Amino acid sequence: MGLHLTTDMFVQQLVNALIIGSFYALIALGYSMVYGIIKLLNFAHGDLFMFGAFIGYTVLAKLTGTGSSLLGILIAFLIAMLVTGFLGMGIERMAYRPLLKAPRLSILITAVGMSLFLENGVMAAYGAKPYIMPVTLPTAAFSFLGTKITYSQIGIIVLSALLMVALQLFIHKTIYGKAMRAIAIDQTACSLVGINVKKVISLTFFVGSALAAAAGMMNATYYGNITFMMGFIFGLKAFTAAVIGGIGNIQGAVLGGLTLGVLETFGTLVIGSEWKDVFAFLILILLLVLKPTGILGEKVTERM
Amino acid sequence: MAIIEVRKLHLQFGGLVAVNELSFEIPENIVMSVIGPNGAGKTSLFNMLSGFYQPTRGEIIFNGTNIIGRKPSQITGLGMARTFQNLRVFPNLTVLENVMAGMHTRTKQGIIGALLQTPAQKKEEEWIHNVAMDCIRFVGIEPYTHRRAKNLPYGAQRYLEIARALAIQPKILFLDEPAAGFTFNEKQDLIDLIHRIRETYSIPVVLIEHDMGLINQVSEKILVLNYGQKLAEGTPSEVLNNPLVIEAYLGKEEEDLVI
Amino acid sequence: MEKVVEKTLNQSTSRGLPGINRKLLYVGFLIIAMLLPFFSGPYWLDVGFLAVFYVVLGLGLNIVVGYAGLLDLGYSAFFAVGAYTTGILMTQFHMNFWITMLLGGLLALIVGVIVGAPTLRLRSDYLAIVTLGFGEIVRISAKNFSFTGGASGIYGILSPFPKPQMVNGIMINNLSYCYWLILLLAIITMIASKRLTQSRMGRSWAYIREDEDAAEAMGINRTRSKLAAYAIGAMFGGLAGSVFAIKMTAIAPESFNFMQSVMILLAVILGGVGRISGVVIGAVLVIIIPELLRDLDKVMHMGINFDQYRFLIFGIALIFLMIFRPQGIVPDKEVEE
Repeated sequence: MGLHLTTDMFVQQLVNALIIGSFYALIALGYSMVYGIIKLLNFAHGDLFMFGAFIGYTVLAKLTGTGSSLLGILIAFLIAMLVTGFLGMGIERMAYRPLLKAPRLSILITAVGMSLFLENGVMAAYGAKPYIMPVTLPTAAFSFLGTKITYSQIGIIVLSALLMVALQLFIHKTIYGKAMRAIAIDQTACSLVGINVKKVISLTFFVGSALAAAAGMMNATYYGNITFMMGFIFGLKAFTAAVIGGIGNIQGAVLGGLTLGVLETFGTLVIGSEWKDVFAFLILILLLVLKPTGILGEKVTERM
Repeated sequence: MAIIEVRKLHLQFGGLVAVNELSFEIPENIVMSVIGPNGAGKTSLFNMLSGFYQPTRGEIIFNGTNIIGRKPSQITGLGMARTFQNLRVFPNLTVLENVMAGMHTRTKQGIIGALLQTPAQKKEEEWIHNVAMDCIRFVGIEPYTHRRAKNLPYGAQRYLEIARALAIQPKILFLDEPAAGFTFNEKQDLIDLIHRIRETYSIPVVLIEHDMGLINQVSEKILVLNYGQKLAEGTPSEVLNNPLVIEAYLGKEEEDLVI
Repeated sequence: MEKVVEKTLNQSTSRGLPGINRKLLYVGFLIIAMLLPFFSGPYWLDVGFLAVFYVVLGLGLNIVVGYAGLLDLGYSAFFAVGAYTTGILMTQFHMNFWITMLLGGLLALIVGVIVGAPTLRLRSDYLAIVTLGFGEIVRISAKNFSFTGGASGIYGILSPFPKPQMVNGIMINNLSYCYWLILLLAIITMIASKRLTQSRMGRSWAYIREDEDAAEAMGINRTRSKLAAYAIGAMFGGLAGSVFAIKMTAIAPESFNFMQSVMILLAVILGGVGRISGVVIGAVLVIIIPELLRDLDKVMHMGINFDQYRFLIFGIALIFLMIFRPQGIVPDKEVEE
């Protein structure tokens, strides 16, 4: 297919890229934070994105008929973030913490098991068919450079950006954030200095999971439907984003997410959407093989 | 003729200089000790010699070849064997299996031989077994042959590392604190062993150690490091009477000086 | 050093059963397995085929995960390579099945080398995701390309075996022959695994598993060693895939998805990663238990469709195994002194 990109198409695709990139970024942040603090790639993280969407759906389904839909969405959004945050904490406490001293393989396999548990647990509870969100975002739009951009689209991008800025502030200005960064550098030293390492790790999982849920909720209301497997591919791509930016690096996660969003959106114009996922995986593999540190991050090959 | 020549070896992590423009030689057929206070750079030196750390700059010439940039497995293939300060035996494998690891670079049978059980494969396996048993007997841990390494007494584990290193049939042997935690008698046994290694294998042995008595009894040459730099190099009597060396020890960590 | 040895060591390693009885037990199982087509109906023979098929896949993955310690989440890709090789070569080029089977194994091995060479030096977490990515790439490519038949896959794969016939009142057909073939492959894989553990290569994997740096210090080129494991594992997967193709007579991309890879992994972990007998038992359980649960449902009329909970149970099983019994459910037979 020929690539004939007019200005209005470009703007439209750019908006799409920013939106999907924001989702990748929000999920990638969770990956990077958890990796930074306990050196684990939480395989089940993507499924928290899905879980958040389902919580959001459930809340909205109960709320239909309650006044303005935007308020309902906001409530669902916050509840989704909270509940998923607690779930993330619970997972860390029950499944990962007992294994921090065990061989690496054990915790990885547990994470795989957890991913299956979440996916199929949701499937068991809700069924395998996709669910349609009971509310959708308003379609009021404005014109820009020949194309229509909806306020909802802008809203999503802005909200995502706000969340990322909030996280930045949290990490650099609060005592917990500082503890997180310190633990990432030297866990033993931190516990010797009196930092409650376990609590900070829990908090890290909470924040990361809540962010993933936020992305899930936004994704659900934007695209309109949810399935129990939606976290699987999103998780892998968000991981790719984290690697692009440099795993363990917070700014890198954002950078990586947006980069992947742009690459994917514009890339599929050239190669076709059935290769979308393969494209992302190839980027991941090539990156890990050729430039594993990503744009901003640390070594991923075996320590030597 | 030096078997190893170290030229201006330099190791720096950010602002921290671990080894500072170090140059020295390891002659053939000698027992040499590397001593110095804690943090002097001795284990960093060993790690660079065996390829585990890459120096910031400098050269290491091993039998005429510059080994900078080579992986540890390649350097072992060239004939360098080492033990580790903090004991890195393979804990869940038996003594025999541990020592057979040393034979890896001397042998070549691969998947095909393994699957088809060719005569060449069987011959090689027998050879590996024999050499391993020789090494086990040589260091004196034969009664433990089929015991898992983690279940050995501490001293036996240290000897296991040495047996494993000897199985490589190396051209030079590096021992990193081989007597750590040993009683006086155990240290005498170790001195015996080092002498026997020299007689039987005729290879240079280089040790890092803190026990001056042991070093004095066993070394023909001593290299003293302090703050990553060479403080002195020479025979034991030369080095141990060197005022700089005495000051470095008595003026700083007295605990390191064990007579 | 003899002075350090304080007492004579009792070095007997007692096993659960004395050696002769164990061998008899194995031979017994083998005979029962060989005679299965003669006394079971088609449904259970089908289950039997799947169980033995999983034994082969499990043993292949065991070489990668159990021996070399590499978490491979995309193993189904190799079995896809074998299956598609046989499928395409037989339907498009009318090749002899046995040749396609050899080619399938060989191609899977080559793919393993190509994928493994640049990636096996990555840390375990990253390797896991890369292998998963690879598995997905293979599946999606199979779905998108026309020479692999797209989403509907390849069908009409002919049986290379004699026509169905009645023997003593029992129907011996393609399924029976495929069963015997996969059983033979399973036995070969078991022997191969055993031989590998007792070889220089097998030991190098053990050394790497125990302490990578010490292994490196022993002169073991870790990447090359891991690559050998990955490639051999791939080969067995490919061979199994070829047999799968003629048994099913049709293959589609969805047979080779991530869940498939996870099931094979579960089979390895359940029985006891690294141990041949463990893997065999794990593979059989992974296939048989859902069947038994289905029967249980029919008998007890609980109305619970256990099938849809299959992966949920698997997920929980993985978590519990890793936390409470990482060595697998088969009891450790060896007792040390």
